[in-house]
This record gives sequence, C-alpha cells and structure tokens, in this order.
Amino acid sequence: MSVRNLPPVYNKIAQHAVFPKMNHDERARYNFLANLNKHLAHVSQGNKTAFENRVEPKFEQEHGRKMASTEELKEAISKDAHYQVWSSLRRSTMEMRQQAGRSIVLRQAEELRDKVRALNEGKDSLVLDDSVEVPPYLLACDNHIMPGSYHTELIEDDVTPAANYDTGLFVTTAGLLGRYSDGGGKAIVSWVKKTYPDFSPKRILDIGCGMGHNVLPIAKAFPDAEVIAIDTGAPMLRYAHARAMDLGITNVKFMQMDAAKTTFEDESFDWVQSTMFFHETGGKSIYKIMDEVYRVLKPKGLTLHIEQPQYTDDMSLFEKFIRDWDALNNNEPYWSKMHDIEPIELMSSSGFREEDFMQIGAKAENDLDDGSEKADEPEDHGRSPIWNVFGAIKN
Amino acid sequence: MGEKIDYIKLASNKPKGKRPYFHDDPAVERVLNITMAIAGELAVMRERMDSIERLLEKKGSISREEIETFVPETKEQEEQRQTWHAEYIGRILRIVQQEQEELENPDKSMEEIANDINEM
Ligand SMILES: C[S@@+](CC[C@H](N)C(=O)[O-])C[C@H]1O[C@@H](n2cnc3c(N)ncnc32)[C@H](O)[C@@H]1O
Repeated sequence: MSVRNLPPVYNKIAQHAVFPKMNHDERARYNFLANLNKHLAHVSQGNKTAFENRVEPKFEQEHGRKMASTEELKEAISKDAHYQVWSSLRRSTMEMRQQAGRSIVLRQAEELRDKVRALNEGKDSLVLDDSVEVPPYLLACDNHIMPGSYHTELIEDDVTPAANYDTGLFVTTAGLLGRYSDGGGKAIVSWVKKTYPDFSPKRILDIGCGMGHNVLPIAKAFPDAEVIAIDTGAPMLRYAHARAMDLGITNVKFMQMDAAKTTFEDESFDWVQSTMFFHETGGKSIYKIMDEVYRVLKPKGLTLHIEQPQYTDDMSLFEKFIRDWDALNNNEPYWSKMHDIEPIELMSSSGFREEDFMQIGAKAENDLDDGSEKADEPEDHGRSPIWNVFGAIKN
Repeated sequence: MGEKIDYIKLASNKPKGKRPYFHDDPAVERVLNITMAIAGELAVMRERMDSIERLLEKKGSISREEIETFVPETKEQEEQRQTWHAEYIGRILRIVQQEQEELENPDKSMEEIANDINEM
C-alpha cells in the first residue's frame, strides 16, 4: 500500500465525440491541479488544530466565554495565519482550475459548437426554448466561480460552459466520480434497483440535468423508459444532448425549462430525480420547484434528490463552519442557507406525507477504482463523493 | 480556431461575485496567486520533460506529435508521475506544512532553549 493516495492520471477520463481536444500540457496542468487539491485537503486538517490550539483559547480568554456562532468563529479564525494561507491557496486552486478549463475550451469554441451541431441536427430529442429565463439566483453570482455560469453564450450556439464543466469535474474531485463523472447517477440506480426490484418506471424526469452526466446511467438502466432531462442553460443542454447521442443513449429528451414552472401535465412521471441541484437554487424557488415535483409525480411515484450532506445537531461549530467554506468562497452561496431547511419539511410543505419521507446515504460508484488498498485520506469537506439522498414515494 | 473571441483574455475572466481575500494585505494574496500559477506551469513543464525523456529512452528519436499524445503506459509510470506531483507540491508548500507541525507540536524559541541549556 502506498503511503500516498494518488489521484488517477487525467488521461483516464473517458473521451466522447464532443469532449474537447486537449494537448499534452493541458492534461499536465490538470494533473497538477488534481494533486494540489488533494494536498490542500491535508493542509486543511491544520485548520482544526489551529482552531483548537490558538483561535478558540484566544477567543475564550478575550471574551470570558465560549464561541456562540459560526459568525464569531469566522471572525476569529479569519485572523489565523494557517487558515489564511490554506484559504487563499484553495481559492487560488479553484481559480486556476477555471482558467485552465476555459483556456482549453475557448480556443476551440467553434469546433466544439460545430461538432455538437452535427450530432444534434434534425433530432427532436433536443428542445430549446429561448423564452425560458435564467433564474435570478443563477444571475446573482457565477456558481463555483465559473465565469459566465451555465448560461452565457460567447458565440452563437455556444457549448463551452458545459465543455469546461465536463473537463474539470475530474480535477476537482480527483477522479472520484469515475471516468464519465457519473458515479452519482450510477449509485442511485443501484440503490433503486436493490430497494425496488419491481419498479419499472415508464417516464422519468431529471431536473437541473446540467451536461447530463448523471441522468445517463438512469436512462441506460431503464432503456424502455422515456426520460426527460430539463435545465435552464441552453449550452448545457446542447452539449448534454450531443454527448448522449455519441454515447449511444437515445431515450433521453433534453428540454430547456425552468423546474419551478414546467409545462408537464399533472401526475405524468413515475420518477422525478435531481442530483446536486437544490443547493444551487434559491430560498423561494426551492419550494416552488418541490411543488412542481409533487404536481408532476404520479401517485406511488418515486422522487429522490442527491444533495450535500446535512448538518446535524451534534456537529461542532468548527465542523459547520468549515463545511460552509466552499459555499462562501467557491460561490455556492445557497448551500450555506439550505442547511436551515429540513428536507422533510421542504417535502411535506409540497404535499408529501411525513411518513413517506426517506433519507439515505450514497457514495459514488467509481469505475476508476482498481480495488487496491489506499492510504486513508482526510475528509475534504464538500468535495468527498459521499452524499445525502432524500425523497419520498408520493401517496 | 477561435477567431471571433479573444480566448486568452476570456479564459482569465473574473467570475461574478466579490472575490474573498484572506490575507491582511491584498498584496500577499496577489503574489501568492502569481506564485502558484508559476508553480503550476513548472509542473506542466516537468511533465512534458518526463514524456520527452521516456520517449527518447524508448525509441532513440522522437517526434512532436508523439510528445503531444504521450500518456503513461503502465501503472508504474502513472504512479511515478503522480508521485512527482505530490513531491513537488510537498516541496513548494513546505512552510505551510511546517507551520502546521508547529501548531501540533509547539516549539520553544531559541532564546528559551538557550536559557534551558544554560541550566543543563
Ligand atoms: C450543479 S448543476 C447539477 C448538474 C447535474 N444534475 C449533476 O448531476 O451534476 C445545477 C444545474 O441546474 C440548473 N438549474 C438551476 N436552476 C434551475 C431551474 N430552476 N430549472 C432548471 N434547471 C436549473 C443549472 O443550469 C445547472 O446546470
């Protein structure tokens, strides 16, 4: 067993027809960044030591009491030298990842667009609608510090936001999501098949599908189902559709639609799925979207939502604070607010019955894992592919 | 190729949302970011050299096209490459590690040690 748990080399990532062309140095740059991300997860452990050994004692000495909130903790730790250098390195790594990804895709923006166009041409399984507005919460800041977010088009029919996303997931998660970055979708399929062996959904809806990487395993596992994947970002949908075509998955229809106001009929889906979606919405929209989920779901239908781990009451102030680091410093602001909503309350406010609520843990299925024993890794808050899944059967 | 857009400038665009600064002096943040970008480019260069060396060793002669498409060919080569990155990062971020070790195991100052030794 190696004392180091090394990330897989970048060239292990799966290629498909619309995957951007990458040269030698571009792959090397991503190898550096994946390693740097791993390294910083180790450096991050020093934050806890710094907090316990000097930040907290100093606060208690100055104030004559314990810290009462994450706000107080933030103010105190912000002055700590270890926290400062770790934070600034982590932010810088994320910025470098965006710069590296964009420099790959923007130099070939037109070629990528043309390849996508050729695969999408004449297909009715891609339905774009330019009257669909980008939700205001997505315009407030660029999520995960991706300049231009999911919707900005730099050229006509641009696909670069999705292409950039596709190249970089592997780097941020150090390859833990698998060759196609679809470890979340695969995990949910396994769980559903195991838990409901007789479930054979005819219509499945995926909301906030992005570049479609997590909906494809679902479509593949239920080849007779009609799968509809919606998103508000046209570049994501164009790319997702072309990617699915090239990967030979033809039972998914990609549609530009706002999940808070879809045009689907009442009770028309057997399964409504979302993956890493709700924490990128907003405080009012989240309820509207859940209302839609309830409305379009058939009685006895299943809904599941893969999300970031919840906060628990026994979590220390420090733990809560550090889990919110990405929310505030890697532009995923709603994540820091979504903790205040209990999933069970969110669902019951839309009409789901509390006794039908379920919550499970899920871990990415990683086809890059060769099964060899690896050195233990410190937990990289917010980056580990271990999630909370909540949902219900509609009754 | 991207004639219509200035991909070099666009690649380095700022994302919407105020950038957090973590050091008391923004100049420290600025220099650190430039340093890390250079660190990254050195890593890229090292990986390229690695490809060249391995190809030279293998063939005695190499072409640019071969370098462009070279990827590690064995599990061992993959591990060697990733180990290089891990080593390199450990080297350049030495001070951060040392400060973390100091946190875990606080040391006395040389003045204090001198005083201690004076009594030994
Ligand atoms: C973090 S991505 C998740 C992508 C994908 N589901 C995955 O598994 O990673 C969030 C996506 O949700 C989309 N989105 C956000 N709000 C939406 C809404 N109200 N309706 C439809 N899509 C939305 C964004 O455009 C973005 O592509």
